[in-house]
Amino acid sequence: MRFVDEFRSADKARALAAKIAGLCEPGRQYKLMEVCGGHTHTIYKHGLEDYLPESVTLIHGPGCPVCVIPMGRVDDAIALASQPDTIMTSFGDMMRVPGSQGSFFDAKAQGTDIRMVYSPLDSLKIARQNPDKRVVFMAIGFETTTPSTAMTVLRAAAMKLDNFSVFCNHVTIIPAMKAILDSPDLRLDGFIGPGHVSTVIGCRPYEFVARDYGKPVVVAGFEPLDILQSIYMLMLQLSEGRCEVENQYTRVVPWDGNLAALNAINQVMELRPYFEWRGLGFISHSAMRVRPEFAAFDAELLFEVPGVRVADPKACQCGEVLKGVLKPWECKVFGTACTPETPIGTCMVSPEGACAAYYNFGRMNRRRKVEVTIS
Amino acid sequence: MSDQGTWVDQALREHEEHAQEEHAGSARPGGTSDREQQVLDRIDRARRRRPKVREERITMSHGAGGKATRTLVEAVFLDAFSNALLDPLEDAAQLHLNGGRVALTTDSYVVSPLFFPGGDIGDLAVNGTVNDLAVSGATPLYLSAGFILEEGFPVTQLQEIVASMQAAAQVAGVQVVTGDTKVVQRGKADGCYINTAGVGVVEHDMSLGVANARPGDAVIVSGPIGDHGVTIMLARGELDIEADITSDTAALNGLIADLLAATSGVRALRDATRGGVATILNEVATAADVGVLVNEDAIPVRTVVRGASELLGIDPMYVACEGRMVVVVDGGEADKALAALRSHPLGADAAIIGQITADPKGMVLLNTAFGGSRIVDLLVGDPLPRIC
Amino acid sequence: MCLGIPGEVIEFLPDQPDLARVDVSGVRRVINVGLLDDDPPKPGEWVLIHVGFALSKIDEAEAAAALQFLEGIGQAYADELEALQGSQIE
Repeated sequence: MRFVDEFRSADKARALAAKIAGLCEPGRQYKLMEVCGGHTHTIYKHGLEDYLPESVTLIHGPGCPVCVIPMGRVDDAIALASQPDTIMTSFGDMMRVPGSQGSFFDAKAQGTDIRMVYSPLDSLKIARQNPDKRVVFMAIGFETTTPSTAMTVLRAAAMKLDNFSVFCNHVTIIPAMKAILDSPDLRLDGFIGPGHVSTVIGCRPYEFVARDYGKPVVVAGFEPLDILQSIYMLMLQLSEGRCEVENQYTRVVPWDGNLAALNAINQVMELRPYFEWRGLGFISHSAMRVRPEFAAFDAELLFEVPGVRVADPKACQCGEVLKGVLKPWECKVFGTACTPETPIGTCMVSPEGACAAYYNFGRMNRRRKVEVTIS
Repeated sequence: MSDQGTWVDQALREHEEHAQEEHAGSARPGGTSDREQQVLDRIDRARRRRPKVREERITMSHGAGGKATRTLVEAVFLDAFSNALLDPLEDAAQLHLNGGRVALTTDSYVVSPLFFPGGDIGDLAVNGTVNDLAVSGATPLYLSAGFILEEGFPVTQLQEIVASMQAAAQVAGVQVVTGDTKVVQRGKADGCYINTAGVGVVEHDMSLGVANARPGDAVIVSGPIGDHGVTIMLARGELDIEADITSDTAALNGLIADLLAATSGVRALRDATRGGVATILNEVATAADVGVLVNEDAIPVRTVVRGASELLGIDPMYVACEGRMVVVVDGGEADKALAALRSHPLGADAAIIGQITADPKGMVLLNTAFGGSRIVDLLVGDPLPRIC
Repeated sequence: MCLGIPGEVIEFLPDQPDLARVDVSGVRRVINVGLLDDDPPKPGEWVLIHVGFALSKIDEAEAAAALQFLEGIGQAYADELEALQGSQIE
């Protein structure tokens, strides 16, 4: 596969690994956070940590839009889907996420019509095919996905569809990063920045991290060599005493982002004053809702949404895992009471949750490969 | 699913009781800290415990061939029916009848759509049943075919399906000797469900079974993986994806006969159906309490299957096949086995993908193409397309 | 949020300027290219696909530059390894 296979080459990995090891100051520990859950997934799926020296640790961040959805919102979605003559459309990622009364799959088992879609646009097709039903799209995702939902609403408006709406749970990455940076529990040395979010928002929004918090950021692609190269670029910055925002993913990420995408978002949506994030609590201006002008497509306005706040089960430590304070295996219920088959929290069930990644891919005696150091 | 609070508390209590019985594990050399290793050991013990079904209702996951299916089978079916013939949970039961060895298997086919590139539900019904017998070392002979038809189902379509079954039966050298027909009301049965049973004779001394795998054995796959599952996913039409891909449905008894004639070193054969190759590798690891080490680079996957998998975010290792098998064979006989497979049209792309190791017991490890390593566990349910 | 796959634009759909058929290793899907309005992709160009939308064009020059950098590092490493091994042979 072009633009994919070249960035999975093992021999270049060894070279990068040697360079990274060469940049490590003796006796110093490095903690780098990959913000994006997609990066967490890649790291574990390809066994990337095998290439890192012992002194470099990757901390998994909260950039998993499924993981940060509070249980109450999952309950709200199921309540919406359970209304008469309603079809809910959702990405596959959400299907097993536990609400307080079960997941989408459990609701489906009880007769609720919830269908998986690949694209939000597929919901429009279903709406057209089922004029006597109401189709509600469960919209999730960071800024990577938000423009697609916005474009879908615009399309629905152009088509004058009257039986389609979205239940908007889009969140934004910068407040999450800021919450991490402000957290007293963590001392990080740098960030591996979210590559696909950046195709939309560009690289400028991360400048505050370098400027105000003194931590370097490298916006990274999603193939294992991309991530390894980004780690190398971060280590280079640290060793040279630089602190800036760099773009490793130049083949895809424009420095200024995608204006058309940002305009689509702004046209259809606005920031909520605050939104609850699982594990991080209430964060202001961190999530989107549909603008009044498009109220006809806002499921929260069209229908009764219970809106009950549901506390995480006491045993659940997803919050700390999301903040990177706990490694997955450090959670008391990891792998015993909480498994992919019986998930207590989102981190274990989201495809890019840190716990899922570690349980499904990384739960093994790890041998670090890096032996030869060439500076 | 019952109130989440209750089952979570119950699960915690169970695990706490077990934890009190456990002693701390010892650290192993290399990379992983003591604390982490203790957690890994605790998890390993938790995984080996008696399974329980936590859900109140059956969900789609229970039919996917992954963890949920296995838990259901063990906690509900095995729990009720347990006996020496059933317990091995192989693809066919090995019976002793009138001094001879007979293999018996059963399957149900509920695929949707009924007709897809490369075949139809009839092909699957015959080939799937034949394969379950063949991988058990039996010569497939007789099939039963029970039809559950939906009111309103076009007779011409039924005739097409039945014609496919007869054609497949002839290729496989089996006969449909008994059957049944039921009709259910409109809205049930997705048009047509087929249930089969298959009977074959075992005419050699070999005993094949995943529990026979031992360190040093080679793991071979008979051809490119994931063709069938991707074909079905695309044929459903919901994803709006087109590709030149057809189901790999095929009767493997000829291929298996050639293999078993060429070498007596075969320990186990399994046809990779729902759950894909990854599920079989895990079954081997668990049944034989060995490690399975595979090399990602060695696993044959068609470009188009890879493309579809990448696009949807699923892993071809978990995608269903219907005409591929995994062979566990004595390491010293691996080349002979491979040659035998490759000289048959259905095994032309067979490849050695890995080996059985002593450790880590019960786990499947993958050397990734990138040069790293990771484990390959069972999925809970179907591989779900993801956007994240 | 992150599953984005590179695909090659094959053709635009007649009468639907926002829709293009892309190819990913022989798999074809129609996707919406409306987010690339100010610089629409041409057949033969590559885009990043996420949930049925093209988010960005893949800059082939940048991709080549990235690979060159990686190859350079790879070559330097291989050379050094050789030198290392060479120096061990007395």
